[in-house]
Amino acid sequence: MNTEKNIKTLIIKKPLKLDCGKTIKDFPIAYETYGSLNSKKDNAILVFHALTGDQFVTGTNPVTKKDGWWSYAVGPNKAIDTNKYFVICSNVIGGCMGSYGPSHKDSDQNIFGTNFPVITINDMVNAQYNLLEHFGINQLFSIAGGSMGGMQVLQFISNFPDKSKTVIPIATTSSHSAQNIAFNELGRQAITADSDWKNGNYTSNKTNPGKGLAVARMAAHITYLSKKGLQEKFGRKLQEREDLKFGFDADFQIESYLRYQGSVFVDRFDANSYLYITRAMDYFDLSKQFKGNLSDAFINTKAKFFIISFTSDWLYPTQENKDIVIALNSIGADVGFVEIESDKGHDSFLLDVPDFLNALKNFLDKSYDEK
Amino acid sequence: MKNEFKVIADLIEKDKKVLDVGCADGTLMKFLKENKNVNIRGLEISKEKVQECIAKGLTVIEGNAEKDLQQFPDKSFDYVVLSQTLQAFLNPELVLDELLRVGKRAIVTIPNFGYWKVRFHLLFKGTMPITKTLPDEWYNTPNLHMCTIKDFFYFVKSKEIKIFKSLALNNINTSLINSNNLGIKNLFADLGIFLIEK
Repeated sequence: MNTEKNIKTLIIKKPLKLDCGKTIKDFPIAYETYGSLNSKKDNAILVFHALTGDQFVTGTNPVTKKDGWWSYAVGPNKAIDTNKYFVICSNVIGGCMGSYGPSHKDSDQNIFGTNFPVITINDMVNAQYNLLEHFGINQLFSIAGGSMGGMQVLQFISNFPDKSKTVIPIATTSSHSAQNIAFNELGRQAITADSDWKNGNYTSNKTNPGKGLAVARMAAHITYLSKKGLQEKFGRKLQEREDLKFGFDADFQIESYLRYQGSVFVDRFDANSYLYITRAMDYFDLSKQFKGNLSDAFINTKAKFFIISFTSDWLYPTQENKDIVIALNSIGADVGFVEIESDKGHDSFLLDVPDFLNALKNFLDKSYDEK
Repeated sequence: MKNEFKVIADLIEKDKKVLDVGCADGTLMKFLKENKNVNIRGLEISKEKVQECIAKGLTVIEGNAEKDLQQFPDKSFDYVVLSQTLQAFLNPELVLDELLRVGKRAIVTIPNFGYWKVRFHLLFKGTMPITKTLPDEWYNTPNLHMCTIKDFFYFVKSKEIKIFKSLALNNINTSLINSNNLGIKNLFADLGIFLIEK
């Protein structure tokens, strides 16, 4: 979690006024890049990560030693081809992979914990905008991201309408629904109910609310999958046993799988970051920022949009993605939309779903040829 | 490219904004984009066809014309094209109204059920007609509301829709339709192409 090596950081000197009213300055943004920026600086793609992602999009994550979270989509000759494009991704502020977050220290050298300011999706993209200046990029070729990454995509193009040629929000929403908020609240309650959470001061108390964080992850993980996908993968299969044991160990494979997902998650993620980032998602309501008219969020952009949803995604269902398409069509924006057939649920955008990866590749490559 | 598309393309001036409803694999869109510098969007219900359009670099929205035309503002396109699909909708009248709301003008083509081969097929064989433009069997055809050129001609007139141009197509031959030759064209054309406005 706190491995300093292998993490590139950019210190943002410029003050950033946050939505909560506080101002931060001299704060770090941790980022990673793939491929190379061409001489015209017109081949850059800014990728935004989801709730538990980080800047390590592809290849081996040097901290977790696992594959990057979007390895299926990003890399040489892949949908987002790093032989062709310069991919930039940074850890969101509030995160725990090097960017300014609740595990950092305040000016009195105390760990922030819950004294870290509450951040929003708007704050995240405003912080990341500094990367364009850092690389001297006037206009990105594309911005892309799924889930919370998609929210950042929408907010970014709304804030900086001429800073990207193409815009790819995937499996996302323009406004977090009651159901979305409910699931996030469940996760937060699991963390704060863990006696080791210590009001967020677990580091100074030398404790770790791992149990609470694991439960949060388990609950969230279910929302990323579809009923059909779960049934096909696990059904009622038993875990390394011939019969039920009439106890509360993991009898079923699905139980064992979720426990495993929870346990590996706590090794790589910070509980307070989980609280902050889920809060940012819950606060996201792009149309509210424009007095209830989502179209106004995009009125100043000439960018070409491509919106993608998945049939079995019930967390950010097709209709919520289509609402963005409708808002764009109502102002005559250039927008394409496709719903990909997949039984892998919300997680489809992270997985090997050929129809999705082909559509993404074709859209990017054809748009790049035309520009 | 089929002759129908060439005729449609001839009806559209350069540099216009066009919506192709039921754009299929994007053949017409690609032609218009490349030859007429048209700013073109497609609406297509089949996921497979949408993928083919994306692979051609075309802007397409996966959707259903009966529901998804609603999202486009009034007169937001110079032309809205509907090729040989009107008869396949549950409510063709509603779709036609929507085409004319969204587009300043609409180009609608219909397979002609009044074509002599269709009439002969039914008359002499006594089974549902199968022709080049009507290739499916009665049990698997997507067509729900077949009509003739004459039917469509009278229908748009009754709705006070203005017909700018109506063309009869028979293989590669194109000719104008007017109220004087309507009966003849209705017999000898297998496809009708209408440029209309409301």
